[in-house]
Amino acid sequence: MSRNGPLALLFNALVVGFMLAPLLVVCVVAFTPENTLTIPTTHLSLRWFKAVFAHPDFVQSFKNSLWLATIAATLATALAVPAGIAIARYSFPGREFLNGLFLSPLIIPHLVLGVALLRTFTLIHATGSFFWLTLAHVVIITPYVLRLVIAAVEGTDRSAEQAALSLGASHATVFRRVTLPMILPGVTGGWLLAFINSFDEVTMSIFVTSPATVTLPVRMYMYATESIDPLMAAVSALMVALTALAMLALDRVYGLDKILVGQR
Amino acid sequence: MNAVAVAAAPAAVPSPVRQGAPWLLSAPALVLFACLLLVPLAITAVLSFQVFDHTTGVRNALTLSHYTAIASDDYYLGIFWRTFWISALVTLICVAVGTPEAYVLSRMRAPWRSILLLVVLAPLLVSVVVRAFGWSMLLGPQGIVNNAFGWLGLPTMRILYTEAAVVIALVHIMLPFMIIPVWTSLQKLDPGVENAALSLRASHFTILRRIILPQVLPGILSGSLIVFGLSASAFAIPGLLGGRRLKMVATLVYDEYLHELNWPLGAALALTLLVANLVVMLSYNRLVERTYKKSLG
Repeated sequence: MSRNGPLALLFNALVVGFMLAPLLVVCVVAFTPENTLTIPTTHLSLRWFKAVFAHPDFVQSFKNSLWLATIAATLATALAVPAGIAIARYSFPGREFLNGLFLSPLIIPHLVLGVALLRTFTLIHATGSFFWLTLAHVVIITPYVLRLVIAAVEGTDRSAEQAALSLGASHATVFRRVTLPMILPGVTGGWLLAFINSFDEVTMSIFVTSPATVTLPVRMYMYATESIDPLMAAVSALMVALTALAMLALDRVYGLDKILVGQR
Repeated sequence: MNAVAVAAAPAAVPSPVRQGAPWLLSAPALVLFACLLLVPLAITAVLSFQVFDHTTGVRNALTLSHYTAIASDDYYLGIFWRTFWISALVTLICVAVGTPEAYVLSRMRAPWRSILLLVVLAPLLVSVVVRAFGWSMLLGPQGIVNNAFGWLGLPTMRILYTEAAVVIALVHIMLPFMIIPVWTSLQKLDPGVENAALSLRASHFTILRRIILPQVLPGILSGSLIVFGLSASAFAIPGLLGGRRLKMVATLVYDEYLHELNWPLGAALALTLLVANLVVMLSYNRLVERTYKKSLG
């Protein structure tokens, strides 16, 4: 097989540099000892990280986001596992409709969902409710879990379940002891992917959060539109670090390449 | 449960219970999606036809005025046009950069191939706000790009809060969505065909044009559909890098909702965006499919 020429390698280096540049600059500037957004030249300082943890708004939003993403990802997984089994295992009228409906949040702009949910929440007097915000997040992250669950179920061997059934195991036991262990990598991978997507979501959340339920990305968006100082860089660097940790976990349980590129 | 009865059940004639099972399993998700997706969209569609009064708010009478305002007011048309050309330009750049990048990556050697693929795709998982903020530091008046310009003796340029900044940052967000489908279709290529062409003395360029490109075209098509759709509804990038003056449809909707409080007009704008998006994507799909059929005879 022919190899890449020097021109191709240079092009590749430029693209990789382009993709990493904004993340690198955020992480470097976060360590600045200065009061302005500058690359640290004399020494590195942790003062802006300390400032983040002393900033009650950011701490509160971080807690909100963490709880929100954890609960929403768990609920989405609880919904997507049975739905994924139904779609992958059964052929029934309406199967395509359900599949399309459950995957539609990937296509409908989050902006439209935010607008629609703000109106709905106002009508039922649920604005500012953490509970309804969580459910809204469940809707937009369920497709991520569902896709991995469907792929996992389609990849399993049905005869193992049939053998268990024929040996007298109840459906519940078969699910708990046979099916679930077989699809577990897909389920955990889906949970993590859902967690990341909920944690990062800003466009829909900006419409349906209230001052008490503001998530970290929404808080950062609002902060960045008003003032720009190294505090923002420190929060961003923490977000990058957290995402990197989640990606490591994702790689361990499922394989990052499989998640990002797909099954084939 | 009775073992004998269960043993007889698998793969037998579907009983009414088995017919209901998939619906039962999907029921919780279906209820949630009905309540928080279908109903809200329907409510919003109704809202976009409701009369808005600046003193009393939304009234129950119906009107087409929001849609006619969007279709006739130069301010709105200008923003829709800007959103369209920025999305089209971003799509074009992503095709021009993403396709060769996926190709170069697919020809890398074993460890580098997957490492570099992950490096290029991983920013996908980092929050859009973080990446927008990174670009605002790079492109700002005192940013690294302008410092590099000064170092090279070039004049300082105003990039931040212009269309250029929005396009650059959108390309950064969208490039992975282009590389993934092209990479996937490249993986399906049969290297034997390329070797056959080589043995028949095709030049490298001819192989690229006549063997590789036609086979990755479906990947390029689906990638550009995703990129266009996501760019047209992008919110955080124009919001943070376009400034107050340079609006795209998503930031306009946000303003109508949270500053002007004209929700019916905001709903009409959002739904127009949704429909316009679908129309552009479907007709593009149709167009490419037709040329495809023609070229295949």
